[in-house]
This record gives sequence, C-alpha cells and structure tokens, in this order.
Amino acid sequence: MMTLFWIAAGFAALLAAGWVMRFAGQMATGNKPAFRDMSLAVAFGYVLGVAVIVFAVWYYFQPAVTEQGMAVAGVLFFRWAVQGFAIFAIVAWIFRFFGRMVGSAGTKKLFRQMPLTAAFGLLVILIYAVLAIFAGAIAPYGQAEVFDQVNALPGGNAATGGNPAHLLGTDQIGRDLLSRLIYGAQNTVGIAFATTCLAFFLGGTFGFLAAVAQGWFDQILSRSVDVLMAIPSLIFALLLMTIASAWAGSEKWLLTIYMVLIIAVIDSTRVFRLARAVGMNIVVMDYIEAAKLRGEGLPYLIFREILPNAMAPLLAEFGLRFCFVFLTIASLSFLGVGIQPPLADWGTMVRDLAQFINFAAFSPLTAALPLMAAGAIALLTVAVNFVVDWMLQRSSGLKE
Amino acid sequence: MNSVLKIILQRLALGLLTLFIVSIVIFTAVNMLPGDFAEAILGQGATPEAVASIRRDLGLDQHPIVRYFDWLSGALRGDLGNSFAQANFASFVGDDSGVRVSVAQQIAPRFANTMFLAGVTAAIAVPFAVMLGILAALYRNSVFDKVANISTLTSISSPEFFLAYVLILFLAVLNPVLPSLSNIYEGMGFGERLQKTMLPALTLTLVVTAHMMRMTRAAIINLLASPYIEMARLKGIKPMRVIIKHALPNALAPIINVVALNLAYLITGVVVVEVVFVYPGIGQLFVDSVKIRDIPVVQACCLIFAAAYILLNLTADILSILSNPRLRHPK
Amino acid sequence: MSDLLVDMRGVRIEGRSDETWMPIINGVDLTLKKGEVLGLIGESGAGKSTLGLAAMGFCRDGVRISGGSVSFDGVDLLAASSEVKRQLLGKRIAYVAQSAAASFNPAHKLMDQHVEAPVQHGVAGRAESAHDGVELYRKLRLPNPDEIGFRYPHQVSGGQLQRAMTAMAMACRPDLIIFDEPTTALDVTTQIEVLASIREIVEEFNTAAIYITHDLAVVAQMADRIKVLLKGDEVEEADTRTMLSAPKEDYTKSLWAVRAFERPEKPPVATDSTPVISVQGVTAAYGTVDVLQDVSFDIHAGRTVAVVGESGSGKSTTARCITGLLPPRIGQIELDGTPLPLDYRQRTKDQLRQVQMIYQMADTALNPRKSIGEIIGRPVEFYMGLRGAAKRKRVEDLLDQIEMPADQYFHRLPSELSGGQKQRIGIARALAAEPKFIICDEVTSALDQLVAEGILRLLARLQDELNLSYMFITHDLATVRAIADEVVVMKDGAVVEQGIKTEMFRPPHHAYTDLLLSSVPEMDPDWLTNLLKERGVDNIGDAAVGKMS
Repeated sequence: MMTLFWIAAGFAALLAAGWVMRFAGQMATGNKPAFRDMSLAVAFGYVLGVAVIVFAVWYYFQPAVTEQGMAVAGVLFFRWAVQGFAIFAIVAWIFRFFGRMVGSAGTKKLFRQMPLTAAFGLLVILIYAVLAIFAGAIAPYGQAEVFDQVNALPGGNAATGGNPAHLLGTDQIGRDLLSRLIYGAQNTVGIAFATTCLAFFLGGTFGFLAAVAQGWFDQILSRSVDVLMAIPSLIFALLLMTIASAWAGSEKWLLTIYMVLIIAVIDSTRVFRLARAVGMNIVVMDYIEAAKLRGEGLPYLIFREILPNAMAPLLAEFGLRFCFVFLTIASLSFLGVGIQPPLADWGTMVRDLAQFINFAAFSPLTAALPLMAAGAIALLTVAVNFVVDWMLQRSSGLKE
Repeated sequence: MNSVLKIILQRLALGLLTLFIVSIVIFTAVNMLPGDFAEAILGQGATPEAVASIRRDLGLDQHPIVRYFDWLSGALRGDLGNSFAQANFASFVGDDSGVRVSVAQQIAPRFANTMFLAGVTAAIAVPFAVMLGILAALYRNSVFDKVANISTLTSISSPEFFLAYVLILFLAVLNPVLPSLSNIYEGMGFGERLQKTMLPALTLTLVVTAHMMRMTRAAIINLLASPYIEMARLKGIKPMRVIIKHALPNALAPIINVVALNLAYLITGVVVVEVVFVYPGIGQLFVDSVKIRDIPVVQACCLIFAAAYILLNLTADILSILSNPRLRHPK
Repeated sequence: MSDLLVDMRGVRIEGRSDETWMPIINGVDLTLKKGEVLGLIGESGAGKSTLGLAAMGFCRDGVRISGGSVSFDGVDLLAASSEVKRQLLGKRIAYVAQSAAASFNPAHKLMDQHVEAPVQHGVAGRAESAHDGVELYRKLRLPNPDEIGFRYPHQVSGGQLQRAMTAMAMACRPDLIIFDEPTTALDVTTQIEVLASIREIVEEFNTAAIYITHDLAVVAQMADRIKVLLKGDEVEEADTRTMLSAPKEDYTKSLWAVRAFERPEKPPVATDSTPVISVQGVTAAYGTVDVLQDVSFDIHAGRTVAVVGESGSGKSTTARCITGLLPPRIGQIELDGTPLPLDYRQRTKDQLRQVQMIYQMADTALNPRKSIGEIIGRPVEFYMGLRGAAKRKRVEDLLDQIEMPADQYFHRLPSELSGGQKQRIGIARALAAEPKFIICDEVTSALDQLVAEGILRLLARLQDELNLSYMFITHDLATVRAIADEVVVMKDGAVVEQGIKTEMFRPPHHAYTDLLLSSVPEMDPDWLTNLLKERGVDNIGDAAVGKMS
C-alpha cells in the first residue's frame, strides 16, 4: 500500500515540477511559442525524462564493490549494459562514417541517409555472418570437445574456480562454453537461414502462381493456407515435432532435418499470403494488362514484369520471416525439441545454463552466461529488425 | 441492421468450419505416427498380447474415420480420452484395471491457470499499450516516440525466455521482490496467486505491449492523417475534443483488432513463458506431453489452442464489423 | 483601419523532403477585401492549396511558413497563439475541402458535424444551429433538407456532400471561406449544381472567399479577381474580366490558348468503305449484371471516335470488350470486316498487334523497373522480331516521333520522367506495334492543361502521318472538341446518341447530350449566370433530385 502511495506522490511531484518548469520557461523566454503552447503532459514528459537520466547517472557511479569486498551485482550489470550500449553506438557510428567515405557513389549515398540504428543492425549482421562462416577457425575448441574440468566458472581466474584455458568456463559435461557460443552462430543462424530460404522458395512460388493464375488454383491454395494459419504456428510446430520425433527415433540429426522442413512449411503459409498479396497488387497494374494484351506468356509475366517489382517488399519480409523462424527454432530448442546435441545451439544453451542465474549475487559473470546465449539471439533479431524497419521506412517514404 | 447480422452469422459459420477442418488436420497429423499408439505406449519390447489389448482398449482396431468421429464427439462432450502417460504407468506396475486419469481432468485446472495468467497480462498490457500507442502517435517523431520505437522493436525481437531471465535476474535474484517460480496450487488466496503470477505476466506484457503499441500507433497515425481530422482542426475544435469525438470512434475498430490479434499472439507466448517459470498451465502440460509423446494430451491441447486462436480472431473480425458505421447504417 | 480582410506579404512556405526543406511558395503577396472572391489558379504543384491553407494560418504536417506575414482582420496569424487561431478557425474562417466524402467524419451524422463549430465556439445553441442548418440545406437546394442532416456521410452522394460541406462552412457565418477545388472530383452535370449553389450563398451572406482550382472556366464563373500561380511564384493578378480578355504574361496567355486547339473537319467517310473496327450489338456483363446494352458503332481508317459519358457510363467497359479482356455476352467485334475472337487469349499475334491501348495513368501503365529502351523495345522485338542494332534503331526512331531525344531518354526509368513524358512513352509503346487502331483511355485527364494540349497535338499529328484510327474515351468535352471526328455519347451502359462531331455540337440534341454539353463551363464569366437563367433555377434542383434516385 505504501509503495502505491509513494508512486502516486512521485508522479504528483513530477507533475508539479513540470508545471514550474513550463512557467519558468514562459517567464525566461518572454512567452516564446515553444513554451506558450506546451501542454502540461509534454512538460511532465520532459521532467520525467530528466529524472530518469539523473537517476541513471547516479546509479552508474554507485560503488560496484561493497565495503566487505562483495560485488554489487545490480550496479555491475547496469554498468555493463550502459558500456555495451555505448560501445555499440560508437562502433556503429564509426562503421557508418567509413561507409560514407569508401565505396561507390551509390553505397555512399545509402550510408549518408542511414540512421544509426540501421548502421548498428548492418554491422551486427556482418559480424554474425563472419562468425557463422568462420566459426571453425575462430573458436578455440571444437563444439563437441569434452574436457576434464566440468562447470569451470567464467573469468579464467583459477582462484575463483575458473580455468585460464576456458575464458567463459565449461558446462556440466566439460565442453568449452566460448567455443559453443561461437559455433552456435553457425548452427542456429545457419539452420534458421536455410529454413527461411526454403519457406520463401515454397511460399513465393505458390503465391505468385496463385496471383497470376487466379481462379480455382488460387482458391484451393488460399483456403488451405487459411486453415493452416488458423493453428498458432508454435503450437503446430510442436505437434508436428512430436510426430517427427517418433519418425526420427534415435537418429537425432534426422530430427533437425524434420524441424527445418516443418518450420519451412508452416512459415511458407505466411510467405504465400504476402507474395500473393504483392503479386495481386502488381497484376492489376496497367503494364501487366498491356503485356497480356501483347500476347506475352506466363513465364515472361512472372519473371520479367512481376518479380522485379516485388523484390523490395519481399526482401523486407525475408528479414522479418528470418527473425520469426530464428525465434521459433530458438524456442523449440529451448523447450528441448529443436536442434539436437551434440550441435551447439543458443536455445539449448540457455536451457542448460538457466540455473546459473541464481548465482548472480555471488558471481555476476556466471549469471550472465545464460543471458549471453539468449542475448546473442536477441541481438541478431534486433539487428535484422532495425535494418528492415529502415528499409520499410525508405520504401514508404519514396511513395509520398 | 439485417445485413450486419448476416455478415456476422457468415463469419461465425466460417469460424466453425475452420475449427472443424483444423480438427481434421490435427487428427490426421497424429495418425501419421509410425506404427501405432499401442507400440508407442508400450515401447519396443512389448508382448504382442499386451499390444493387442491396448489396441482394443483404445479402439485402435477401428477405421480412422470412425475413430475421428468418436474423438470429435467426445471432445464436444468434454471427453478428450485418457492420457497415455497414466496408461503407461498403470501397465508398468501391472495394474491394468487401475485408475486412468482422463485428459479432461488433467487439462481443466491447468486451463483455468492459463486463463488467469492471460487475464492478468491482458489487464496490464491492454490499457498500457493502447495509451502508449496513442501518445506515440500524437507526439510522433519526438524523442519519446523514437525511444518508444527502439525499445519496442528490441522487445519484439527478443525471445520470450531472454526477457523472462532478465526479469528474474533483476526482480527475483538481485532484488527479491517477486518469486521466480510460480508454484500455484488449488485453494491459494487471490493475492498470493497474483504475486506468483506476476513475473510470467510481466514477461508476456513486455512482448505483447510492444506489438500492441506499435500497431496502435500505426493505426492512429493513419487515422490522424485522414482529411476529416484536418477538417475538425480547421473548424477550430479543441485538440482534446478532436481526439475524443473525431478520432476515437473511428479508431475503435483498428484498436479492437490490434488487441484481439495480440491476445491471440499471447497463446503462443504462453508456452515458453510457462516453461521458464514452471507455471502449471496448459502450455507447460503441452510441452511435457510433446516430450513423452502423450498423444491424446497433445491432440487435446492443440485443439484448445487452435480453438482459442480462432475464437479471438473471430471476435476481432466481428467487433470491427460492429464498429464500422458504414455497415451499421446501410444506405 | 483598412477594409482588408486578409493581408499576406512576402509569404514563403517550405516543405520537408528527405531531411531538407524545399521551397513551395517563394514570397507571394495576397490581399482580400471583405466580401470579395479571389480565384487562385495554377497547375498541380503550383502550391495553391498550401497558400490557401496558409491564409488560415494553418500548415499541414511537414510544411512550415518560413517567412513573410499573414494577418486576418488585423490579427497577426503567424505570431498568434494556437488558442487565438483556434478561436478564429471555423468561426470567422472556414474551409471547404476537395473531397467531401473523405472530409466528413464517417462516424457522425451530417447535422451533428454541422452544429459542432457553432456550439463549440459559442455562436449558437444546438437546436438553433440545427434549425439554421436545415435552412442552409434548403438554400443550397439539397433534396429533403429536413431529413438529410440525419444521415451518415456514406449515405449521401458526392455532389450533395459537397453542398452539405459548404453549409457546414457557413454555419457560423464566417467572414472568409477557403474553397479548395470543391468540384474537381465531381461529374460535369453535378459540378454545375454545386457551383451555382456556392456562388449564390457566398453572394447572399457577402462572404469573402478564396476559390482554389485548376479549371479556368470554373474560376471565371466564381471569382471577382484572379491570381495565377506557377511553381510557387505569382505570375499575375487582375480582375476576372481583364484577365480573361487581356492577359499580360506569356504563361497566362498560353493557358488561355489551350482551349483554342481544334482540328479541321474531315470529309465524310465513303459509305462503302469497311470500318477498321466495328462494334456490333455488344452486350457485356460483370457477373450477372449487364453493364453494356447493345452498343454498336464503327471506326474508320484515319478517324477519331470520341466515346463520351460520365463515370459509370460504360466507356471503359466498351474498351475492355474491344481488347478482349471482357468477352461480350452478345454481339461481336470486327477488325477490317473479319470478326475477332471474343477472348484476347484466342486472338492471333497479328490481331493483338493491330489493336493497341494507351492508358489514363501513365504511372501504372509503365513498369517502373524497366528503362524506356526496354519498354518500347519489347513490342518491337516481340512483334517485329527485331534484335540488337535494328531494334535499337527502331526504338530511337519511335522516340524521335514522340519528340523525345533518344540519347537523353533511352536509359532512363519511368520515375525519372514527368507525367507528360510518361504518357508519350505510352504512345511510343503503342506505335511500336505498328497498329491500325489505338484506344486512348482518358489519356489527358490526369495531366495539366498545357501538357494535355501537347499530347493531343502529338496524337493528331501521328494520326495524319500514319493513318491511325483512334477510339478516344473521355469525360471532358473540351478534349472532344479538340480532337474528335465523330462522337458517341453513352449513359448507363447504352449509347444515347452518335454522329459527326460538328453535327453533335449543333442543336437539337438528345436531352442528355444537351445537359452534358451545356454543363461544360465556358470561359465567359457570364456563362453560369446565363445558363441558370436559361434553365430556370428550379430546373437545377430537379436535376439534383433526378441524380439522387
């Protein structure tokens, strides 16, 4: 009850501060329009923003170690978050800066219009691509290599239960976590990418065919897709995975293949809808009618007239679909029915390492392990989403 | 009014038809299992007699179409069959006539728990998201809007378990204000129950709010760009009245749509979140059953999830028809 | 105190595009006395709507007033607080938008929206202002003035909505109304009713108005003074009569001259010659509803047949039947005396080649991902089998024919061309097939007058050089006058009247042709007044009721 009271009091105080700020602003600037026409809600927003920033700065400079020499995990995590954010922002800025300096006129122009979030997204995607392709060369050990020391703590300090050979420690059966994290890029991202490509191939082909052919072909496909889409995709995937696991039996790698197929088919329904809608919008254009009246055949219509115009929305959709597939696979793995060991993958890692989070107060770095694996997933999807968001804004901006 | 009624009845019929076809899809999918249920239950080393007895017990010797209608009519009466896990257990201890736990018995309390979780989430997320969405639309391109855009995009992009563990880290481990395990049992007081449900609900809120807010923002911006809003402003109407009188009645349809779509999205999100927090809901039961291949339970859960999903989409559809003045007042 | 109501000095307006501010209006003065009507004309992109809104102290999103002053009845609108401006808007300054259908809130009844401004500004009570609303509806000759206020916007036709919006603008008896192209979206016969009622009510209440339009003839009826804008600059300003009789600037003169283009009459067609295209008793349906009823006409070599009618009259459907996109239910199409297969899929390549089409919206008619060379080259390759250098040579010749230098345009994309240039590419693509017959579907209606004029002259020249036959679909009678040899008038899917143009424009006409012809505004400032006298005021009200049913 008291908490509620204090929250209400805080709000009232901020509101009052907002009013005072606006009044002072009106006095100081001689009633400039910026302050004159400011509503109280906006003033409140400014004051709230300032209060949050002040609190963040104050918290950042709290001591990270208590007088007894214990680490204050909350402050530590906050500092890591802020530093990570700042480093990424700076690196993204430098990346964009270089993009503006080198390259062709076209790419230079692209980088000039790019917001920082999109530059950050591009950079992260590049890093992941490098990690995924060269995982074997970058990772210190193999993904399935088992060492003697199990559950070595991260940090590499032998005095606190670590091992200098394993920077991030080892898991419960003695595999190097850093290597597994790097190989995770190859497996998780690679499998998701392959699945998305397959989904696009299926959905795109049938979607365009439906848009051009129309009639009963379109009706049958569209109604079937409607039914498949009436089952939530994760639920449907889990149902099919049950059956697939029975089919696969003890052949674990087969299950991974089945998973790719299942998710590709489920996701291709979404791609089908989009491809069909985009195709339909293009098919009604007069230039398609002109081509039809000229007597052009179906292949020419699809590949020369429709496809070039559908590329932009399809590319954006590819990014979004990839995120969705990636998250679905990660979720399935997290639930224990996705990518199967011995392949290293982030979803499974999060599940295996989850209990470490309870050690946060004693060893913040250990607690960060499951978050690193989960964060690796989040970071990539955030990056892709930033890029797609920018692409969509660009294409909608061009229309105006 | 008649035409609206007709459209709604059409949608209802379509929804029922979809559900019917979905049930066929689920049933067919399950029947694609190699071998049959009996072997799946008893495992490789079962004696032929035991297999035959289970088959008879479960009616597996009958034609699939007969079995489908048995299953469907049972499901309509609330009888979803018996759980294999229990059957397996019973045969294992050699007590074949022992007690069977029916699927319905297993699902009922968990269904209630999941509804509670979804309810709490919706109660927090819907007003919060709609309010934030409207604010972001009104102050678009401001600092607030940009911050909201980046944080919602981040929240949407993160897997549910990432958000869940971050919340556990800060609200359960470092500052123990909320329990990280949601061990809910029957007869628990409402307050305690709410407290234990809080963390999973907050996780879901983060995901759903982000989606809902972005969609609300887009809908409102779309609306504010329409000529009749400009007209209202040019008539010298007070800004607040423009929002309430001119924007809101037209925004209702898109907002209702957004809310219903996101509640439908909750259905998927609930599975992972329940596993993270060991919340005894239908999602966790589903995942457990998938792992031990408890087919009747998987089938039943799937049907329930699909039904809820279809129902919510149908509700969205019908409500947006009802809030469209063009349909409510035909020419 | 002067009698100036609006006083704008050196107004500069900018719009944001890609993070930079581009000028829309570069320093324009505008003054308006009480009770005066100023016509603001210009082509699209001239900035006339922006300037009109600026007179209210209002800017759309992404637009800002960057310089100059705007004052209304002594109040400096640029310095005034938003509260002060809000008090003026709706009460003393009102606005009538281009699209009434989009500018009425679909969720409220007309009367509720009508009374909102008076009630909110405290001018009148709800009942009082609703009563006044009915009176205004009656003055504006809306059918059922007592009841129409209780309808929702989507239950009322476009022309009526436009008048209801004028009534709404009048609700507080403002000193100034901005009319932003109020009749552009309407058919000619509806336009005249709206014009007449607007003019009457503005005169009756002695309201000052700024009337924005791109149509010279319309502005001649409405305005006391005319100001011509071109790309954000003022060209000239004068009294309506002075401006019409003696324009000073070349640009203005060229605008006036457009209307003068008219092709000489051609000798009558020999009675025994075979028409290039013969439409014979065509009845066609979408689904089960017949949209065309027994349509027949012939088009001879080197002739232009204009198919005229308002929206929904079946002009475009006729074109779809000829091209074979919509096979007729009854009847047939003959090309050079031989029946064409009804469905285009069954026609031979040569038959397809002979019938070409030019579309209204050049934007959607050209594939945005293909260069000009590819667009024109495709039919050359497809029909003529030319490749490589021969194909390139032919495309260059075609570009020459449409007066666009090949070296400059060959590699460009459609998005890099202006509207008129895109339309020329559409013409070149049709010519590339070397057809006998071309269907021109409203090819000039999306273009500004000067550009449209250029297209018409080009089409006329090509016809003379290549002995082409045109079917010219249009709703604009000025275009018909300019280019047609014969005219087919359509209404509700049937041919009302057809014949040689010169005969068609001479009375006696069929009643509908008469209505259509007489409704086209003319440059004479007294035209509307005379017409109303001729028809008798009640006649117009009847026409409105007729349209409704």
